[in-house]
Amino acid sequence: MARIIVVTSGKGGVGKTTSSAAIGLGLALKGHKVVLIDFDIGLRNLDLIMGCERRVVYDFVNVINGEATLNQALIKDKRVSSLSILPASQTRDKDALNKENVGKVLEELGETYDYIICDSPAGIEAGAMMALYYADEAIVTTNPEVSSVRDSDRILGMLASRSRRAELGLEPIKEHLLLTRYSPKRVEEGEMLSVEDVEDILSIPLLGVIPESQAVLKASNAGEPVILDTESDAGKAYQDVIDRLLGETVEFRFLVAEKKGIFSRMFGG
Amino acid sequence: MALLDYFLRKKEKQVTTASKAKERLQIIVAHERNNRNKQPDYLPQLTEDILAVLRKYIHVSDESFSINLDNKDGDLNVLELNIELHDEQKAD
Repeated sequence: MARIIVVTSGKGGVGKTTSSAAIGLGLALKGHKVVLIDFDIGLRNLDLIMGCERRVVYDFVNVINGEATLNQALIKDKRVSSLSILPASQTRDKDALNKENVGKVLEELGETYDYIICDSPAGIEAGAMMALYYADEAIVTTNPEVSSVRDSDRILGMLASRSRRAELGLEPIKEHLLLTRYSPKRVEEGEMLSVEDVEDILSIPLLGVIPESQAVLKASNAGEPVILDTESDAGKAYQDVIDRLLGETVEFRFLVAEKKGIFSRMFGG
Repeated sequence: MALLDYFLRKKEKQVTTASKAKERLQIIVAHERNNRNKQPDYLPQLTEDILAVLRKYIHVSDESFSINLDNKDGDLNVLELNIELHDEQKAD
């Protein structure tokens, strides 16, 4: 049975696609068969972050409409052969997806892949609901900032009431908190919610903390998921996320700011 | 000056913007969760009662019946009932 994982958040711009790309590639690098699905119909972007935007021929909606087979639409990653990407369409046909046809595609993918990662669009409209409907697990991507935390809480409500698991009364979706754009320095200065604050409010288990990092923009510029930047703090933090998803216990890193020396403090460094 | 700032900053620490953010979030999130959870507490009983009444007159299987209470934009509640009737299921 494939593990279906939705990467969701409610709020836009918090790092869903960056995280989907890093996690998908990271799991594939560990030897698992992974497919990444872009559910953001009309606003395709996962292809760009994965660096395969020029290889898109058919998309998710083409498959749904029977205009292409899954194999025609799936793009094999050039770096890791066990990873495929199913791009979103760019035509704004928001009614294209429904429970039935998405279910069929996921079922077919489940025959081949170990992990199905669903990159959710922002918001709580139909697209976001479709992305989370079949999920077994949810990675709730959150920035340490009031509107993002509030939206994440709304999404947790949706996971608990609007998903297939909720409707059928099955075991609930396993929820994970992924805190992104974290700046330990600002937390220490009392300007940013801390990991503990966000955990307190959302009360779901912490999967990872990704520090605010220049490596993320560089990675998206290049179309190379940031997890490939193994020297960077964000790359390492995503690597820890992968290990935790695979059941390992890994200590959290990048939670404290690098200490300034006493001299630079005194004389304004 | 940096030395002075360093000591002054320690004293100002009591009310940071982060602690304000946390407090506001705790209140609004608790409030919103409360609204969310309010929906279903009478729904199971209501479902059973409606089904019992319907079954006095017609045959309704569990699968052909669904009930849903939806909250539209916070101020409009819609109770939606879906009952599938097949011709042969009508009571004589």
